[in-house]
Amino acid sequence: MSNKFIHAIYNDDDVLLDAVKETRSAHHHIEEIYTPFPVHGLDKAMGLKPTRLAICAFLYGLVGLAFGTSMMYFIMIVDWPQDIGGKPSFSFIQNMPAFVPIMFEMTVLFSAHLMVLTFFFRSKLWPFKSAENPDVRTTDDHFLMEVALKGDEDTAIEFFKGTGAVEVKVIEK
Amino acid sequence: MYTLSKNLKTFAFILMALGIIGIAYGFFSAPKTTAEVEQILNEQAHHDGGHHADHSEVSDADHDAHQKHLEHVLTQMQNKPWTAVYVACIFVMLVSLGILAFYGINYAAAAGWSPVLFRVMEGLTAYLLPGSIIFFLLLIASAAGGNHLFIWMDPAVVEHDALIQGKTGYLNIPFFFIRAIIFLGGWNLYRIYMRKQSLKLDETGDLTFHKKMFKASAGFLAFFIVTESMASWDWIMSIDTHWYSTLFGWYVFASFFVTGITTIAFSTLYLKSKGYLEFVNTSHIHDLAKFMFGLSIFWTYLWFSQFMLQWYSNIPEEVTYFIFRIQEYNLPFFGMLLLNFVLPLLLLINTDFKRLSWIVVMAGTCIIVGHYLDFFIMISPGTVGGSWFIGVPEIAALMFFIGLFIYVGFTAISKAPLLAKNNPLIEESKHFHY
Repeated sequence: MSNKFIHAIYNDDDVLLDAVKETRSAHHHIEEIYTPFPVHGLDKAMGLKPTRLAICAFLYGLVGLAFGTSMMYFIMIVDWPQDIGGKPSFSFIQNMPAFVPIMFEMTVLFSAHLMVLTFFFRSKLWPFKSAENPDVRTTDDHFLMEVALKGDEDTAIEFFKGTGAVEVKVIEK
Repeated sequence: MYTLSKNLKTFAFILMALGIIGIAYGFFSAPKTTAEVEQILNEQAHHDGGHHADHSEVSDADHDAHQKHLEHVLTQMQNKPWTAVYVACIFVMLVSLGILAFYGINYAAAAGWSPVLFRVMEGLTAYLLPGSIIFFLLLIASAAGGNHLFIWMDPAVVEHDALIQGKTGYLNIPFFFIRAIIFLGGWNLYRIYMRKQSLKLDETGDLTFHKKMFKASAGFLAFFIVTESMASWDWIMSIDTHWYSTLFGWYVFASFFVTGITTIAFSTLYLKSKGYLEFVNTSHIHDLAKFMFGLSIFWTYLWFSQFMLQWYSNIPEEVTYFIFRIQEYNLPFFGMLLLNFVLPLLLLINTDFKRLSWIVVMAGTCIIVGHYLDFFIMISPGTVGGSWFIGVPEIAALMFFIGLFIYVGFTAISKAPLLAKNNPLIEESKHFHY
């Protein structure tokens, strides 16, 4: 297994999308694509699996709901069931409408924050992390596709030039 | 071009025929004298061990005299078939109004996804005219003393009721009918105007018609939000004349709006399954399902806001409204939350599910049944009180109006091409993809 990679740089997202399709049908393995902004349909063209972040968020929401419910149940009904302004604290269901705002907010809080943390964790983002940018222009107006080099170097360069790349480099990692 | 299939026509006519028979049965079987009421109450006491037999909780301090009580129950039982017709009539009429409001919103917002559905919406809102005529006749029958749906229309009641006397500036029969004519007339005018312009736009391709429709929609929405709110005070809240709620108009709006969108989704799925809507794809269904999902939650938000604020403050003049419903209508009152909130929430939260017709139909059925119950619980406690039951008259009345809705709506759909071809947003809508 060689550790050589091709960096094909494009300056238009439509050209990039076509190039991704050509590259995939030529059975090159796309390692990574760097773009300055989200390109609609790029994940589909690359054949990436859909995200499961929404499922996580739903489960975190359930955790938050359970937390809010059990917290209010313990504090208001079990631990110290005081008479506060005549609210019935004999059982949870009797006083439930008063707890709903808290249960709702807890659901949203857990769902949102834990999902964001999951996103940071899964995409390896944190403060003081050194940027993994192969070419500074990809944050401005260029698109870079990194492909594992397969077979002959010159034919591969020729192939990527043919897909509309404005620049093709071979790098070694 | 859509042609009304024979099966659907027969289906609609069967619904209407069965509905009329059931409604007639409801009026026929309502007791006419207090002696009959006494007999019914005795039978009930034998049958279900006093479940509904004990009417002592039916408010009013004057029930210690047995005769008074019987007269009270007699009024309730005589109101029952009227209430059944009234609830079904206002529900189906407001659903078609909800479709019209959704149409107006999509037009005024220049929505790019929905123009392929405009003809479906225009067709279904054709029910608004016959629906509001029948509804207006019902209001006339109530004012003429045919029933006791609105206690404030009865001078004998108002005479002894200082609270209603204080409201007669607004709640008096002439003003009530002036308002009803303005509301129903305004909505119907908008509907007729839009349909005409839309067909002209189709014929000529002249975009001035589109601009006219855009302006009319923006104007209608402003008119609609004021009149809808007042209409819900007039036709629903005034039944519980002693009670008031400030967000009631919104609450009623959310209820029929979400049902209206569900109806659009149902009709779209039906027409699509018959092969008439070639440009409607799963993304359009997905968008409708998102509206159903979001507005179900919006309805729940308003339901809870209204309930919780009054439950929390527990002011006697407000809270009796809910105490009565919880005591006498417990199962439908809370069951409706399951149908209108929990099931749509769980069924429609998933993106993939929102594209599956059978899931949308399942969730939509919950929404339609749930919001019928919602209207039933808004109206019935004030008119039939504890003597309620969802039996033959209620189901028959709903069947009649649904049958009429299907017949009128789909006949109107068959009168124009299903694709508004000269709408400036139609190309975008045809290729809409989410």
